[in-house]
Amino acid sequence: MGSNAAENHPISMKWVMKAKENGATIISVDPRFTRTSAIADFYTALRSGTDIAFLGGMINFILEKNKYFKEYVENYTNASYLVGKKYGFKDGLFAGYDPKTRKYDMAAWAFEKDDKGVPKKDPTLQNPRCVFQLLKKHYSRYTPEKVSRITGTPVEDLLKVYELFSSTGVRDKAGSVLYALGWTHHTYGSQIIRTSAIIQLLLGNIGIAGGGINALRGQPNVQGSTDGALLFHLIPGYLKVPRASQQTLEEYLKVYTPTTAEAQSVNWWSNTPKYTVSLLKSFFGDKATKENGFGYSWLPKADDGQTYSWLDMCDVMYQGKIKGMFVWSQNPAGSHPNTNKTLKALSNLDWLVHANIFNNETASFWHSPGLDPKKIKTEVFLLPAACSVEREGSLTNSGRLVQWRYKAVDPPGDAIPDGEIINRIVLKLKELYQKEGGKCPEPILNLKWDYVDDKGRFDPHKMAKEINGYFLKDLTLKDPAGKDLAFKKGDLVPSFAYLQADGSTSCGNWLFCASYTNAGNMMARRGKEDPTGLGLYPNWAWCWPVNRRVLYNRASCDPSGQPWNPKRPLVKWDGSKWVGDVPDGPWPPMTDTEKGKLPFIMKPDGRAFLYGPGMVDGPFPEHYEPYENPLGKNPMSAQVTNPAIKIFKSDMDKVASADPKYPIVCSTNTITEHWCSGSMTRWQPWLLEAQPELFVEMSPQLAGEIGVKNGDRVKVASIRGEVECVAMVTPRMRPFKVDGKVLHQVALPFAFGWLMPKSDKNYSTNLLTPGVGDANTMCPEYKGFMVNVTKV
Amino acid sequence: MDVTRRQFLAISGVVGAGIALSRLGLDLGPVKAYADALKIDKMKSAKNTTSVCSYCSVGCGLIVSTDTKEGKIINIEGDPEHPTNEGSLCAKGAALFQTTAANPHRLTKVLYRAPHSDKWEEKSWDWAVTEIAKRAKAIRDANFIEKNDKGQVVNRVEAIAHLGSSNIDNEEIWALNAMVRALGIVYLDHQARI
Repeated sequence: MGSNAAENHPISMKWVMKAKENGATIISVDPRFTRTSAIADFYTALRSGTDIAFLGGMINFILEKNKYFKEYVENYTNASYLVGKKYGFKDGLFAGYDPKTRKYDMAAWAFEKDDKGVPKKDPTLQNPRCVFQLLKKHYSRYTPEKVSRITGTPVEDLLKVYELFSSTGVRDKAGSVLYALGWTHHTYGSQIIRTSAIIQLLLGNIGIAGGGINALRGQPNVQGSTDGALLFHLIPGYLKVPRASQQTLEEYLKVYTPTTAEAQSVNWWSNTPKYTVSLLKSFFGDKATKENGFGYSWLPKADDGQTYSWLDMCDVMYQGKIKGMFVWSQNPAGSHPNTNKTLKALSNLDWLVHANIFNNETASFWHSPGLDPKKIKTEVFLLPAACSVEREGSLTNSGRLVQWRYKAVDPPGDAIPDGEIINRIVLKLKELYQKEGGKCPEPILNLKWDYVDDKGRFDPHKMAKEINGYFLKDLTLKDPAGKDLAFKKGDLVPSFAYLQADGSTSCGNWLFCASYTNAGNMMARRGKEDPTGLGLYPNWAWCWPVNRRVLYNRASCDPSGQPWNPKRPLVKWDGSKWVGDVPDGPWPPMTDTEKGKLPFIMKPDGRAFLYGPGMVDGPFPEHYEPYENPLGKNPMSAQVTNPAIKIFKSDMDKVASADPKYPIVCSTNTITEHWCSGSMTRWQPWLLEAQPELFVEMSPQLAGEIGVKNGDRVKVASIRGEVECVAMVTPRMRPFKVDGKVLHQVALPFAFGWLMPKSDKNYSTNLLTPGVGDANTMCPEYKGFMVNVTKV
Repeated sequence: MDVTRRQFLAISGVVGAGIALSRLGLDLGPVKAYADALKIDKMKSAKNTTSVCSYCSVGCGLIVSTDTKEGKIINIEGDPEHPTNEGSLCAKGAALFQTTAANPHRLTKVLYRAPHSDKWEEKSWDWAVTEIAKRAKAIRDANFIEKNDKGQVVNRVEAIAHLGSSNIDNEEIWALNAMVRALGIVYLDHQARI
């Protein structure tokens, strides 16, 4: 669900097919019948944007029919926790909502704690305020009939999927979920994924071999760029970005270092001070001292509660408040929503710096069809970068596998690796601030910058070692068994367990600690051994954290450390240690009441969250309609759209819900032959020949109604813009019966533009899409908006 | 056909010298003749480096063959030793050769577009790096926000934004992050949110 792996992650499908050969049942749920659906044992369709309803119905089914994995749920989840009396849910809204700010007071969702601060529990799961009973009550509303009315999926198909998938809620079966942008591209995308997490926890499918919720991420190093935090809300290693209310390092650490009173909880984030101080030592080297808070004051502080995502950035740029912009290997003029607004926003810049291997619609935005270059003031610097095989370094795949790639040849002409472009700009900035002074020069002048080789060029090995981290003085530390280990100044840190909060270690990203050690570059390994027989390949490249291949793997065992499924042991407690995958901690299993620890080490209380009081739009996922929707109402409650989303109000942010002028649901998708906006692949004749132009998929029924034949040229229009394309009339699309009426859905890839192939018309599908984002992540709602289709 | 060719590469030691002939259990003769027939002699003397695909995040392994005489990439294909793809590639991965210098559309010069101009001009790196740094410094110094409305010290710049990238290496990402934070940028985002 939410993924078309066969077309968008084709090689991942190789292993889905292998699982099928080995007896697995493959289910595909998608608004379109895709090539993934074609190999599935069972396929059914749902209307775009109704996944929470679909999955909420599955939660209801699992609880009603007692399909959940009882021991797992009781021991490893917060099912037994009591929720405080302030919690409530009424007609689509949770307690604590303020319609003026469009925000919830999340304190209203807190757990009830005893006088020691431990959440109160009811191990019998009978208390009406325990998570299990609240979950049951919340999803009792998601009956198959109600879900079918929303999703347009026939009741018998729903029951078939629920029955098939919930059959994995037993010891010896694993159920896996593959998702991708089909789930993230909604104003409640994070909550769709949480609904799936709840199901996987109820079925005991997290932390086991072949289980999990697997994000098939869309970019070669998007996992690495998330770990490395090129994001407004994080700094490397999922540490939170400093906010204005945290004026000192102490205040920052106090807010972000969780505590726990739960005896058997590891509470891994209690290490936050070690990781933060080590990161500051990597940023500022010797200039980061205990006295100056390790340079914390030099980091920019974001305002509390404020988001600075692309959608915010674009809106502020549209208002003319941003003067300069760096865009690195990204094509916002093609891949971001509401292209017309994006182009206006870019036109307001004084300068734009763009690094890439090919020209694209962003670097050349001033030449876009319909824009007059003479009227656009923006200076553009287009920098030629090396392609992936012309530079050396590591990248992280969707499974957290960090692999090293080598440089084959020098880049052509004046092109240089991105690392070297950055190196040159940083050195020049340092030179200018040194010479001329300027505002707050410290972070620039004090930035540690010795990542160059003997020819003065960016050296990925030196950078990789800094990311791993160094001992900055001689230290003697205890290993997990209590033995003394002596480390020398300049040694690479072998594991994040040895990072310190006093400035005696550096580490650019604690999760990457152990990736490049005194023993060498772990990311470059090519060992093919597979001792577990589960395909973990522990000596192939390196996986964060500490080469652990499956997160929360101790949850694959019962509380005494024995595998739920003895035929496929991922880890196992042999009486003195764990054997198998690198365990998520050395501690004995939970039945050791003295030293035993709970498996969900990243949660303060050690248990996975069925009830999640940390999400901004509710502790349980709830079905809402897309921001721009066909019905203008929500069959589930009076609350039509997600109450906690941020709404942009510029004159270019128009929406048209339940508008007869735009009666058709539309979603966007990717195709095998092009990558994202096509900015790399459209320059390649082999690929462009295979997929030369924009098309819209529609059902024969819709085509009949609007008088369109396969191959006709049509215009697809939303209230924000329009594109011309070829009609692909196909039974892969089907109409939905939703809330008693027939709704049509169409789909367009977003891989096209105007620069290549050169055209005086812009074929960017994102001319149609709305600039509104998920309440938790600000990821745009590229799926489930409204359009009209007419014959040209 | 594909398989035969890979076996040829593996056997001839081009791909990896450590692969035992016996494991494949093949007679070299006919395979070699097949290779000769295809006139891929250059492959025999090619330098091979491993890499990872630059599209989706499955992370398929690649073997990049470079002609040692001309110093040019002559072939890119799936790495049969890689446990994820076992030599397979999708349409995009199989076309990676067209992202290399063999593609005449590659950018090979620094290009500059002046205000209100309708064309690109070629420039040198020195000029571009100096001008970019000067502009970044000028905007930063003119718009630096030391304190916010509440009087809290924030040391940030809202007049410069940054986007990208998930298509550069981890080491480059770290370096870029350090640059962005040192400048004081808070409008910071990339493909992970798109």
